[in-house]
Amino acid sequence: MSAATRRRREARLPAGGLIDRSRPVAFDFDGRAYAGYAGDTLASALVANGVRLVGRSFKYHRPRGFLAAGPEEPNGLVELRSGARREPNIPATTVELHEGLEARSQNRWPSLAFDLNALNGALAPVLGAGFYYKTFMWPAAFWERVYEPLIRRAAGLGRMADDPDPDRYERAHAFCDVLVVGAGPAGLMAALSAARSGARVLLAEQDFRFGGRALSERHEIAGQAPAAWVESVIAELAAFPSVRLMPRTTVFGSYDHGTFGALERVNDHLAVPPEFEARQRLWHVVARRCVLASGALERPLLFANNDRPGVMLAGAVRTYLNRYAAVPGRTAVVYGDNDDAWRTAVDLDRSGVTVAALVDTRATGTPPLALPPGTELVRGTISAAHGGRRLASVTVESAGGRRRLACDLLAVSGGWVPTVHLALHRGARPAWDPDRAAFRVTTPPRGLELAGAADGEFSTAAALASGQRAGVAAIEAIGWRATAQSLPGTPPEPSAHEPHLLPPARARKSFVDLQNDVTVADVELAGRDGFVAAEHVKRYTTLGMATDQGKTSGLNALALLAARDGRPLAAMQGTTDRPPFTPVAIGALAGPHRGAEFRPTRRTAAHEWAAGEGAVFIEAGPWLRAQYFPRPGESGWLAATCREVECVRSRVGISDVSTLGKIDVQGNDALAFLERVYANGLGTLRVGRARYGLMLREDGFVFDDGTVARLGEDHYLVTTTTANAGGVYQHLEFCHQVLWPGLDVQLASVSEQWAQFAVAGPRSRELLARVLGDAQDVANDAFPYLAAAELALADGTLARLFRLSFSGELAYELAVPAADASRVVRDLMAAGAPLGVAPYGLEALSVLRIEKGHVAGNELNGQVTAGDLGLGRLASTTKDYVGAVLGRRAALMDPARPRLVGLVPCGRERRLGAGAHLVRAERGAKARDDEGYVTSVAFSPTLGHPIALALLARGPERHGERLLAVDPLRGRSTPVEVRDPVFVDPDGARLRG
Amino acid sequence: MRIACPHCGSRSHAEFAYHGDALPRRPDPARPDAERAFGDYVYLRDNPSGPHRELWYHAHGCHAWLVVLRDTATHEIASVTDARDPAESR
Repeated sequence: MSAATRRRREARLPAGGLIDRSRPVAFDFDGRAYAGYAGDTLASALVANGVRLVGRSFKYHRPRGFLAAGPEEPNGLVELRSGARREPNIPATTVELHEGLEARSQNRWPSLAFDLNALNGALAPVLGAGFYYKTFMWPAAFWERVYEPLIRRAAGLGRMADDPDPDRYERAHAFCDVLVVGAGPAGLMAALSAARSGARVLLAEQDFRFGGRALSERHEIAGQAPAAWVESVIAELAAFPSVRLMPRTTVFGSYDHGTFGALERVNDHLAVPPEFEARQRLWHVVARRCVLASGALERPLLFANNDRPGVMLAGAVRTYLNRYAAVPGRTAVVYGDNDDAWRTAVDLDRSGVTVAALVDTRATGTPPLALPPGTELVRGTISAAHGGRRLASVTVESAGGRRRLACDLLAVSGGWVPTVHLALHRGARPAWDPDRAAFRVTTPPRGLELAGAADGEFSTAAALASGQRAGVAAIEAIGWRATAQSLPGTPPEPSAHEPHLLPPARARKSFVDLQNDVTVADVELAGRDGFVAAEHVKRYTTLGMATDQGKTSGLNALALLAARDGRPLAAMQGTTDRPPFTPVAIGALAGPHRGAEFRPTRRTAAHEWAAGEGAVFIEAGPWLRAQYFPRPGESGWLAATCREVECVRSRVGISDVSTLGKIDVQGNDALAFLERVYANGLGTLRVGRARYGLMLREDGFVFDDGTVARLGEDHYLVTTTTANAGGVYQHLEFCHQVLWPGLDVQLASVSEQWAQFAVAGPRSRELLARVLGDAQDVANDAFPYLAAAELALADGTLARLFRLSFSGELAYELAVPAADASRVVRDLMAAGAPLGVAPYGLEALSVLRIEKGHVAGNELNGQVTAGDLGLGRLASTTKDYVGAVLGRRAALMDPARPRLVGLVPCGRERRLGAGAHLVRAERGAKARDDEGYVTSVAFSPTLGHPIALALLARGPERHGERLLAVDPLRGRSTPVEVRDPVFVDPDGARLRG
Repeated sequence: MRIACPHCGSRSHAEFAYHGDALPRRPDPARPDAERAFGDYVYLRDNPSGPHRELWYHAHGCHAWLVVLRDTATHEIASVTDARDPAESR
């Protein structure tokens, strides 16, 4: 018989518990094989296997065992799984045992039993509160090179996986009338009352089993074992079609207007989720009302070495005994300041554990229960625990003096603290209730009811009644009538409590926050160092800042601060609670939005055509656009781009420009409206013509540019840059609805509805004539530069033709409904084949516009004025428009502002980079000499050398001047000559030809 | 937060874009101190703790510009109306 088997037999009760003994489960902890049962948690299975030492503490590497049995557990954090699925810092108390589960203890080296860093315990005097700030101050350089790596190795928790998580994470939305958080006696009654009245109820329970505290206790509900009563309620709830039961779901955050965040651990109870199923699902819940029945967490008591493995919360002891039939010790002492602690002594005795003594801090009082025979009642306190990797004895102080009691389990209870985090997320402030000896939320946030232990109703009978009341209140608050209901009966439970808050004197190693190793002495030191307020103490000592967020330390810390300052506990204010209640993995928050799915990929209607032409695509804002179309034998993007540019300049090219924003503007006041949103005058724009449009922000800076085409008497189509398509539409709706609601105008975004192709180059007219035939005469006099027409193609396809040019060549843009895009562009290509047509991409588009001196996103950077771009003459002086008044501010009209110029290299260094700064060549590169910067750079195949656009102080006055373009990022300086920004066809003969 | 759009019903705030204070009115560009008035209109905003009339745009919904009377301290919303409503005329 192996040692492990022997221990398991010792620590598992022969019968009872809510485990399925017909389903043994094999698992692995720190490389050793163990067995538990279905229904166990990793923690209960380890307890049942006699494992007491489960972790090393954060700073001092002290040996630790389980303190709790739920998500508040500060000590028993493990790394789950391996490889890409490795996940650190998971409380073993929340891990549902499953076949093949792999877990490792954390923060120990080389092993859990023998940890070299435990020497830190001896160094405790220098590792106190704020030690990072004090000890490692000097010399400064040592911080990065020596201290930090040292501290990071010694302190810290688990290790992240090195590879991307292979599992799926989903997002979902739920809407309900009543959200019930917690499925203990109170939550079940609330859900039942609401469901019986017909409400849509969502019952969320963080555990894999419904029942809450009822699963851990032995007293009957409605004449049945508590678990049996829970089963009957769940069966009734499940029969309502309007009820959604959500086990394994933690409501982690409460937000405004009935919005909640919840994490459903869909498949965390399997080693690998089934194919196509998510590991976790993030729920966004919208509830008209919420009943918060989240229970309470037990407060530990303070004494020296209160962190020894074997010191456990009394309620957790009962959970291990009653729910899991797991025995956490052989000889126990129970230590408490309340009646509830006494039940632990009774339950331990029934499970065959010797209870040496019950130590009650209350000096007098009627015994609430009969203690087991042989259990001594001591009216007194415990001042210290003793032992190393396992508890050996405790020092008891009473009127009879001081003595040691041998034990390997100490069950401690400082009373129950209502779990009100979700109410605090919404700004509620808890108040001390002396009757219930607890901080309660007496004025809950709107839409929220508290019930059961979360509201200080600690006995089962009170919790059941309170749950029912809250369920009825929720129903009535949404205007429904609750049906009359009865309450299940329960035996009486004594629940008197006189909080014993302070540690014994001179208890140096008395831990307030076990996970972050913060002691009573640290809190006192923070006070001496001048950190008085709870929020300051928290940040100085790190108390409450670990992954458990101080779930077992909050009240003890507050009591210490109150005692230190001589204030009543009732006057104290705890630190602010924020979501999440328990940690939520970043992967769950990201959901499916990672990698290529980080955001939707937008493809143009003619994407497949471009792909068929061999396009290389690039992400441009939300779009995937053709960057260039390489041909066999071409060396790379530059060769392809140069060929595409040459093709447009000498023959004809076709480019998909569908990503431009397109807004349809109609109405009697359409012109009046457009006059107010564009800086340039549009009054003379005739039907069948288009014009450049410059849009300013109200502060006078350039917002966007595009074209305005007049398609009918009261019908205009305006285009925007790709990047600003959404923003310009929102701005126009603002102008329409907020600034001038009286104007008769209608706006519609038609960006997605129309695909648009630029057909550019000297042979573009021939190409279009072949495609359009009789549909539209494209001769220069019939369809001159800036003409616009609506027409039907030979096959009846609706189309719009504009004579616009971004390239500076004779050019057209043909728009067709998105559904016709692929067919029409293939027709254009076929018609252009004899003319030597080629598709061109975003790179060529950019080179062509830089050669022509057209501004784009690089220049429209939110800091330029119309004048800066050489467009000042466009801005009307005779009308009101957005940006008119502030655009005329003296500072914005200053000719010394950086203004648009062209640059060409004029020295041996020919390379130019966007972002390079311009300085006078003779004065060298100093920041104060900066006179402007390079915005756009291209190699111009037309000119045979690099060219650039730049914003240069007094630029237009300085054509011919030589400057230095300093590019420290790329480590070079390029002598440049300032030129007019229009490098190709400055007279515009080509585009008008 | 949930905003009760008069056209679409109660919707998550994630569907809306925030535009700040709804009170400033675009000044008359013909007034003699127009530059100063426009400067105030563009740059100056109060930042009250309490009830605040503010503009929200239902970007992922009906594209309506709305005036939302919201308490900035509690996030309680007292009313939601169309910005183009005559009662909101500016």
